[in-house]
Amino acid sequence: MTMALDDKAGDRSSDAPDGAGGAAPIVEVRGVAKHYDALVALDGIDLDFEAGRLTSLLGPSGCGKTTLLKIVAGLLEPTAGEVRVKGRPVSGPGPERAFVFQDFALLPWASVLRNAAFGLEVRGMPKAEREAIARRYVAEVGLSGFEEKYPHELSGGMRQRVGLARALAVDADVLLMDEPFSAVDEQTRRQFQEDLIRLREVENKTFLFVTHSIEEAVYLSDRIVLLSPRPGRVSRVIDLDIPRTGDPEAIRRDPVYLDMVDEIWRGLKHYVE
Amino acid sequence: MTLFGYRLPRMASLVFWVLIWEIIGRFELVLLFPPFTEVIGAMGEVLTSSSFASAAAITAWTYVAGLGLAIVVGVIMGLLMGLVPALDRLLNMWVNIFVSAPLSALVPVIMILFGMGAPTVVVTVFMFAVWIIALDTRAGVLHISRSLIEMSHSFGASPLKRLEIVLLAALPEILAGIRLGVIRGVKGVVIGQLLVSIIGVGALFSLYSQNFLMAHFWALVLLLFAFALTLADLVARLEHRIEYYAGARH
Repeated sequence: MTMALDDKAGDRSSDAPDGAGGAAPIVEVRGVAKHYDALVALDGIDLDFEAGRLTSLLGPSGCGKTTLLKIVAGLLEPTAGEVRVKGRPVSGPGPERAFVFQDFALLPWASVLRNAAFGLEVRGMPKAEREAIARRYVAEVGLSGFEEKYPHELSGGMRQRVGLARALAVDADVLLMDEPFSAVDEQTRRQFQEDLIRLREVENKTFLFVTHSIEEAVYLSDRIVLLSPRPGRVSRVIDLDIPRTGDPEAIRRDPVYLDMVDEIWRGLKHYVE
Repeated sequence: MTLFGYRLPRMASLVFWVLIWEIIGRFELVLLFPPFTEVIGAMGEVLTSSSFASAAAITAWTYVAGLGLAIVVGVIMGLLMGLVPALDRLLNMWVNIFVSAPLSALVPVIMILFGMGAPTVVVTVFMFAVWIIALDTRAGVLHISRSLIEMSHSFGASPLKRLEIVLLAALPEILAGIRLGVIRGVKGVVIGQLLVSIIGVGALFSLYSQNFLMAHFWALVLLLFAFALTLADLVARLEHRIEYYAGARH
């Protein structure tokens, strides 16, 4: 197990460093700033997100990590700078990106299957076709047999699985996940994290993952982008190289994992009142 | 409620008040109240009279027209208020004034504008029902979770599809508004007809009270009450089903 640490403090002008992978960037963030009147939510963000990797945006609340994710999603307009996805500037949401919401954002009046097929439905795909695809992804996230249930009949964890199936069904290259596991209980969250690692073995996708949990970020990520608050800036980029093929529980006991969690915590501590 | 160890059905309290009414009528304690049995007897007469049939017909269509108009206008107004902050600032005060204002006072003005006929009654029903529908629709739209809107946007839903989602997400509140509108509309149709007093049940009420047919008068009142409560109950049932589907939102 190796780790490459790359201190980025005070070095925001250069392109993000090519980490251990060396893959081509699929999402490029260039000089992005976001102001809300006098409040500077994000300032001078330059980042590359490489294809096929999972990058976490980690930081204390108010550091603008969700704002950055929503700018990449095309749900928010940056005040300055631009985001490119597969080389094309982002001017709104697009089919190559799919969003997983913190509060699931399911249609309460629609069944699991219809919710999972929503992205295909709005693209005008015929019902039989989109339901066949949705059925496959509902099964992939472990919800076989719940296709005809309604969201209020499911637990929080199951609802987020529907949100994940919906994002997978549109076959986007980039999955944008906004604290997807923060609204579910601890056991479910752990199960989710392990499932996400397994999912990455079958789904070759790029993940941008917003979290406030250091453990979660270290456990899941190939790279962690640490953001500091007020104004939101990149304070550090950490490349991790943790093999995740074996027992998912073993990672949580690994001393390198534990040391990394501890080191990041010491770096973030002074932001916490 | 239990009495001497017996569980009384919910209707029991109604029986109690009917008995009081019957006693007041039998002993002629209050001039305006004939015995309840007499009122029930008169109800048959009222229901079978041709003047009731025509009154019911005109009441029904003015009510349906006014309420239909109120639902369409109210929902559109509420949607716009919920979605466009500038329009909300422009309209909110007026809608709030009208929703609690004594609208009966406006009926004479409506009468001047629309004449002594059915159009006045339609407009009165509309005025009674539209504001609460607009306010509840607005509340429903503002209550929708932001992420649901973002979700439909991020998956590429067309503006029309997004509007559909807004409407469906706000449906529980919209239906609550319509239920209140249905009840207020009944008030509107009765008050409108009473003030116009030459058409529909208004004409019947004038006829019965001027000829001092109090049994008929009360029979008509009871019929109207039953009509309003049945309508409200129907919407409430629909609402209950929608609430069931909307149970998971937060």
